[in-house]
Amino acid sequence: MIRYVARRVAYMLVALFVIATVTFFISKLLPGSPFANPKLTPHIRQMLEEKYGLDEPVYVQYVKYMLNVAQGDLGNSFFFESRPVTQMILKGLPVSAFIGIQAVIFGLVVGLVLGIVAALRHNTVWDTLAVVIAVLGVSAPSFILGPLLQYWLGVKLGLFPIAFFESWWHSVLPSLALAVFVISTVARFIRSEMLEVMGQDYTTLARAKGLSGLAVIIRHVLRNSLIPLVTVMAPLTIYIITGSLVVEQIFAVPGIGEQFVTSIFVSDYSMILGTTLFFSVLFIFALLIQDIMYGIIDPRIRVSGAKE
Amino acid sequence: METRHRDLTPDLFESAPLTAQEGERIAGPPISFWKDSWIRLTKNRGALISLGVIVVLFALAFVIGPLLSPYSPYGQDLTRRYLGPTSEFWFGTDKFGRDMWTRVWAGTRVSLYIGLLAAFLDIFVGVVYGAVSGFLGGRVDDVMQRVIEVLNGIPYLVVAILMMVIFQPGILTITIALGITGWTYMARIVRGRMLQLKEQEFALASRSLGASRFRLVWKHLLPNSLGPIIINLMFTIPSAIFGEAFLSFIGLGIQVPKASLGSLISDAASEMRFHPYLLWFPAAVFCLLMICFNLLGDGLRDALDPKMRK
Repeated sequence: MIRYVARRVAYMLVALFVIATVTFFISKLLPGSPFANPKLTPHIRQMLEEKYGLDEPVYVQYVKYMLNVAQGDLGNSFFFESRPVTQMILKGLPVSAFIGIQAVIFGLVVGLVLGIVAALRHNTVWDTLAVVIAVLGVSAPSFILGPLLQYWLGVKLGLFPIAFFESWWHSVLPSLALAVFVISTVARFIRSEMLEVMGQDYTTLARAKGLSGLAVIIRHVLRNSLIPLVTVMAPLTIYIITGSLVVEQIFAVPGIGEQFVTSIFVSDYSMILGTTLFFSVLFIFALLIQDIMYGIIDPRIRVSGAKE
Repeated sequence: METRHRDLTPDLFESAPLTAQEGERIAGPPISFWKDSWIRLTKNRGALISLGVIVVLFALAFVIGPLLSPYSPYGQDLTRRYLGPTSEFWFGTDKFGRDMWTRVWAGTRVSLYIGLLAAFLDIFVGVVYGAVSGFLGGRVDDVMQRVIEVLNGIPYLVVAILMMVIFQPGILTITIALGITGWTYMARIVRGRMLQLKEQEFALASRSLGASRFRLVWKHLLPNSLGPIIINLMFTIPSAIFGEAFLSFIGLGIQVPKASLGSLISDAASEMRFHPYLLWFPAAVFCLLMICFNLLGDGLRDALDPKMRK
């Protein structure tokens, strides 16, 4: 187990290293300089470049950059009043995390119920309904659901506020727009897992021993179906991150995603690269936790290395 | 079940001798794997309808759609701004008076192009990479798998955004971003198949008959992996289409005045309180595209791999 975890951590570090290196060289490739202002005299420009280490050879800059990144210093934003990128990310994070986590919790609960009902009532109207919802949910992305929810629940019915982030009520629509995909993914997954487990010999055995239907479902079927749910963790993390970009823009929520999209439009490179690096760290961490949990749950994975 | 007691006597039975010929007789005409799969697919109404809809969307986007309208997707005319759907402009016009009908189909063309491109990359990079890695095995395989694991840790979105920042956003840049990350899952699947198949008897037979490595892979191992390859392709396509629309929605994909379904939806979302029809049409076409590819993928999986059927 220790060897397995060590290997996963090593991959994670290599991936992080590659991403940080790539972002550094991209920032060198970008056209223009932060001090290209013609009003600056050559002397002042030289002083500024010395201050920020831009006069040094690229490899020295690279080492410095990597050391800074390792300490969580992502440089300063060009656009947001030159504030440190890390500070900007930490400012937006609680809002984005609140909406994202709320969406995941809501999506998990509804998705589980939907999937379980569909599996237990296999080949009935309920099953069909769940499958239809699942296919629609996977096919209608958050950037279509967002405006639709805004229009119907917000403008037409006036149930929820349609923009900004001032109270819990404001988080309902953005979370809902994100949750639909989670619901369909989880429902689809649980339904097929349960149908498979219900066809296994040990389920038949449990029934043959005379256990009641409910006990079989809870003790045997559900437990074994929930385990593989771990594998959707990394895809869901990436979905919530990408979803936050569009959903926060649609609902004018001041989170990381909204800042990120703004920084793209104003070409705030240090902000773009810093946030990209932050998103990669989040994703790689989710991947690591998923792999470790999977290794704990399923010993076969530890031996073979990674899930296929 | 109700059972009645009855004495079993020999006169109740009749002998039915099985002759050698009878045993060899084949009950029906032989059905190949592909024919069998096709029959299973045609029994799946959802998948069949989806296939039809996809063909119709292709025709509309590339041929029929532009032919039916005299307007260009870029032709501006401020005298006809924000016309709702009429007999002249079937999907209405946008804020510059551009015809939405031709713009929606132009956007659909971009989506379909991206979908096809992702499929090609999956075949040419993913399948080849996986086949080489799985077939050669050993140290080569080790190195190639480590590369994939590092690539897997880098989210597609991040690569795409970084590419857009360095190069001009546009269809070529999306293509390159897809090329860097899109194929790893396919490579893993093909590698797994290769590892499994190359130890089997038919591979050994072919090898002992003197087949070259290339012939062995091309004639025996790959055709036997086609099922999983096709299934995976059908799920690559909608996720690539989604990726492009997402990037265009946040302004990093197709740039104005060109149209993509994502950018059309993005423009419409900001005006939907006053001109909701601008959203309905691109959103409906996009969802239809995604639903059909997903349903066709499900149908193909059930047809090509009946064991997977849930």
